[in-house]
Amino acid sequence: MFSGFMVNTWTEATIVALVAGVVGFFVVLRGSAFVAHAVPNGSFAGAAGASLLGINAIVGLGVFSLLGALGIGVLGRRGRHDVVTALALVFMLGLGALFVSMSAEYEPEIYSLLFGEVLGISNTEVGPTAALAVVSIAAVAFLYRPLMLSSVLPEAGEARGVSAFRIELCFLVVVALATTMTVPVVGTLLIFSLMIGAPAAARSFTDRPLRAIVLSVAIALATVWAAIAIAYTTDRPVGFFVAAIGALSYAAGRAWAAWRRSRATTRPRDLESAR
Amino acid sequence: MSASLASLFAPGFFGSSTVHVALLVGAVVALVAGAVGVFTVMRGQSFAGEALGDIQTTGGSGAFLVSVPLLWGYVAVSVVAAAAMELIGIQRARGRDLATGIVLGVALGLAALFLSLLATSQNTTGAPFTILFGSMFVIASSTIPLILLLSAIVATVVAILYRPLLLGSVSAELAAARGIPVRLVGALYLLALALSVALAAMTIGTILSTALLIGPAATALRLTRRPGAAILAAGVIGIGAMWLGIVLAYDSYDWPPIHQGWPVSFFVVSIIFALYLLAGVPRLWRARRRGGNPAVVAGEG
Repeated sequence: MFSGFMVNTWTEATIVALVAGVVGFFVVLRGSAFVAHAVPNGSFAGAAGASLLGINAIVGLGVFSLLGALGIGVLGRRGRHDVVTALALVFMLGLGALFVSMSAEYEPEIYSLLFGEVLGISNTEVGPTAALAVVSIAAVAFLYRPLMLSSVLPEAGEARGVSAFRIELCFLVVVALATTMTVPVVGTLLIFSLMIGAPAAARSFTDRPLRAIVLSVAIALATVWAAIAIAYTTDRPVGFFVAAIGALSYAAGRAWAAWRRSRATTRPRDLESAR
Repeated sequence: MSASLASLFAPGFFGSSTVHVALLVGAVVALVAGAVGVFTVMRGQSFAGEALGDIQTTGGSGAFLVSVPLLWGYVAVSVVAAAAMELIGIQRARGRDLATGIVLGVALGLAALFLSLLATSQNTTGAPFTILFGSMFVIASSTIPLILLLSAIVATVVAILYRPLLLGSVSAELAAARGIPVRLVGALYLLALALSVALAAMTIGTILSTALLIGPAATALRLTRRPGAAILAAGVIGIGAMWLGIVLAYDSYDWPPIHQGWPVSFFVVSIIFALYLLAGVPRLWRARRRGGNPAVVAGEG
């Protein structure tokens, strides 16, 4: 489990969990679960197109997730945000369907794109992933204060000269970057559960943002490591275990929050009420 | 005129019973999805619609696994998922996305498991593709009565709930003040949504079913603000996109590069997306002429 080709898997998964934990915290805080679902899912078309043209899948993923994220951001300014997200997503998926139908041997290919393929990670993939991870975490760190402000109190942010639209675009680009690197490992459909489950659980355990980010990364790491170990031994898709463990940790978080509320009903829930 | 019509409809189009089934089912499903979709857009529940669509993948792969008709799998899973979302708390606007997301994550995990079981246990080549992207041309004519029945149920639920649902979609407080059981209405609506998504999944596939639900409805709501007219317009747009998609897909059998037909879903989704963008043009243009800020004028549409 820890030798040879599996080393790349463990490294890659660890990087993915780090990024998903950090970016996911803001996804949950901003209520952008739909976008976090749509961008990775839609980027599937990019990977399918890349394999049709015979270029590296990560290029296709990057192009499509960036185009998708920016398209949602720009169109969402005019129309309803959730409607635009849904339509952009299905349009990209429709393209994906077309590309997949055009390439001859599609089944294992789409399967691993949609649900992840932990065992097929080569040495050449670890480098770009690490680079993208550094960029997206650096971007979050750089944007931390304005991002926090515009997520929690958008009006106050605008008053202080933080354009909610510009922050939204930056955030979408970060989501797109995170998507590009995580999709090859856990798949387009399930990166989402990593980005939502762990941070949502972390937020029920603590109200402080920094502590929640650290906890969210820790839960994401534990989820991914456990999922890979189980997937390796059972030979079943890693995505299933990621989703199951993610949901379990969210349930645990909810139970903990409910228990704490019942013990101290007088104390307001700081972060929740601050939104 | 007749020459251009002849070039639009490939030979044999009107004689094929597969095409008849596709046209009939497509129209019925587009009507139902349009009506439910208008409320989905008004209530801001596109994510729930999208999630319920994706969740059908679990139902579809489960149905293949235990060899029951696809539609049964779709309906069963979709109703269960809608109930789970309702229980976790979809009725509160703030926790809604999270509740939807968590249910979606679990269901997709299960779908991954089912598909992997399918791949190892049975020889069902093409099953994942049929489930994910749909196939209008492989709908068995034996499922038509069931599709019609489910469509009738959804249409009845929407018709009965029409007024309370409308009021609840515009203002939940006002509806509650008028003595409307908002939560019950919301739950019944979610059930109708689940059923119509299951129907849409039959035609254009699980992960694209949202297009049929949201696209025509959002386009219609950009054109008119009256809900009744919007439902009608959404139905017309949906049927138009569906039928044009079927015609083009039928034509595409001799298009490059593969000569085996482009997917119907691709055409339907692209037409819907283009119509939505086009419907935004008049307002944008009016706003430009008035010199106002288009973002403000376009408002919520």
